Amino acid sequence: MVWKDFLVERRSKETLNSLFFFALLLLFVFQFALGPDRERLAGTLPGLLWLGFMLSGLLGLGRTFVVERENDCWEGLLLAPGDKSAIYVGKLAGNLLLMVVIETVLLVLFGFFFNLDLAGILPALAVVIALGTVALAAVGTLFAAMTAQVRARELLFPVLLLPVQAPVLLATVKATEAVLLGEPLGSVAHWLKLLAAADVVYVAVGVLTFDFVLEA
Amino acid sequence: MRRLLGGATLAGLVAGLVMAFGIAPREATQGNVQRIMYLHVPSVWVAYLAFGVVLVASVVYLVRRDDRADRLAHASAEVGVLFTGLTIATGSIWGKPTWGTWWTWDARLTSVSILFVMYLGYLLLRGMVEDRERGARFAAVLGIVAAFNIPLVHFSVIWWRTLHQPPSLMKPGPGAMPGIIVAALLVNFAAFTLLYVYFVTRRTVVLGLEAEAEA
Amino acid sequence: MVSEPLIRVTGLRKTFGNHRVLDGLDLDVRAGEAVAVLGANGAGKTTLLKVLATLTRPTRGTATVAGHDCAKDPELVRREIGLVAHSPYVYEDLTAAENLTFWATLAGLRPSAAERTGALATVELERAAGERVRTFSAGMKRRLSLARFVLARPRVLLLDEPFTGLDQRAKKWLEEHLASFKAGGGAIVMTSHSFGRELAVADRIAILAGGAIALDTPRGALSAADVHRLYALHAEDAS
Repeated sequence: MVWKDFLVERRSKETLNSLFFFALLLLFVFQFALGPDRERLAGTLPGLLWLGFMLSGLLGLGRTFVVERENDCWEGLLLAPGDKSAIYVGKLAGNLLLMVVIETVLLVLFGFFFNLDLAGILPALAVVIALGTVALAAVGTLFAAMTAQVRARELLFPVLLLPVQAPVLLATVKATEAVLLGEPLGSVAHWLKLLAAADVVYVAVGVLTFDFVLEA
Repeated sequence: MRRLLGGATLAGLVAGLVMAFGIAPREATQGNVQRIMYLHVPSVWVAYLAFGVVLVASVVYLVRRDDRADRLAHASAEVGVLFTGLTIATGSIWGKPTWGTWWTWDARLTSVSILFVMYLGYLLLRGMVEDRERGARFAAVLGIVAAFNIPLVHFSVIWWRTLHQPPSLMKPGPGAMPGIIVAALLVNFAAFTLLYVYFVTRRTVVLGLEAEAEA
Repeated sequence: MVSEPLIRVTGLRKTFGNHRVLDGLDLDVRAGEAVAVLGANGAGKTTLLKVLATLTRPTRGTATVAGHDCAKDPELVRREIGLVAHSPYVYEDLTAAENLTFWATLAGLRPSAAERTGALATVELERAAGERVRTFSAGMKRRLSLARFVLARPRVLLLDEPFTGLDQRAKKWLEEHLASFKAGGGAIVMTSHSFGRELAVADRIAILAGGAIALDTPRGALSAADVHRLYALHAEDAS
């Protein structure tokens, strides 16, 4: 699955190219909306960063199953005998890969525009981002599969995903804030535990219920 | 049976109102405003109860494919959304005189609001899927995700910010609350629970009739 | 279990909203038999195939394939069937060989390179194996979707208007391919809204009108004109 999506993406480059561009635009929009004042921006930085991740995620994850609509491959997937959760895991892995690439780009752009010194805090930041991204992608993949089969999917996908992601957003923003201030990860252990719990719950529910989503 | 339930609910609600406004004493520090608690707290309880039922019914639906479980989940989600709305409204009304503002990002209000939008999305999803059977399946999956999300929402919001009074009933210090207030609250709990059961059973029947008309 | 038909549909009803697309449809297909389902657009032909293919659940009634209920045991049914729907289920940006590998892997098969080439050769696509599907004609795509079933060897083929949009040569090829599938003991259900070439492969002709089979007759000696006349009679009767 991953191999197939990777090939398709490499040949069409649709999603990744647009997302890179989108990430860059987000940076501009944030700057314009909040003014060039560095001091003020610094306070909102964790929020902005995760807003950037979320918005890119909404676009990127929402497209998870777009390739399957081509020639109704969707129905072909349904007809494949055997366990559908493999498809979920494959799609999730692909999405994680996509998100990591986009997040790296966004992070570099943020560092560049906001003059952040990321080198020292990178390992801690990576932990927070990894935990948050798994949660986002796990639910996103599941919901994308549902909304792909519904009218108004572009609308419904964020409407379903955002409320569910509220705790993840709170946790990641708070944890990122602490990391950016140079605090050790131990000081936000409760947030990290919450994220880890969210990861486990979301992935488990995704694997267990995907069969029911991808069914006629 | 239905009449009996309806009658009991009505009696319970009347008794609850009498208890809340007539018998329960005026609270010393907050004054009459505190009386909204008799509406607010049972509403939260019903909302959580409703979403719990959605979870159970969703799992049952996915395992057994019993349409009745689906209708129960649907009805329960609707009533749950209604009562989260009621919770937000009463909390907001209570907040105005107490905190001087209609809305604060108080922990409890925030998490109930998140539940509100989450389950509103659930109802939206149901409305948007044309195929009834598929809609039921998707809704069940969402119902399960949302229910597992409730504790996550709960803890994240509590850590995020806490302005709310610490839950006064759950950890009562000795004599923290006069017995009469507890009694009034309990009557309202019972009445609201009956109201929930009444709403859900009625709504389930209506949904059943709708499905029958379609088939 | 010799007498048990490979496909059995009884009292099938499917509603979308308030509209009954299928209502009380019965159909049996035995091994080695091909049935052509004729009907106007919107008569429910595709819906019938989707029910058999486990893509849609019946509102009422049952459909079984090789004794497995399409609604209750879709997994077991899926192992028995091959569906060639209107769309070919191929990824435009992958090559023919890559598409085949993907679907085979998904079906739990691990075809060797030789098997893969063999399957592509069967559908006469061996020379286009390395080309992207985007460049293929409709006929080539349909052949590619059939190649999947050369590997998977289902007992039942479900085809949705398989001859539509094919040129004469491709039609002839498909006809021979279906005939040999039938000879191998497979059952075929295919739909059509025309009276074209598919009728030559079919052993029986079923006319779908008013949500049910209005007429089910052995093709035998019926000429194209006969079929046309019967079709007009029944389809218009129902509408």
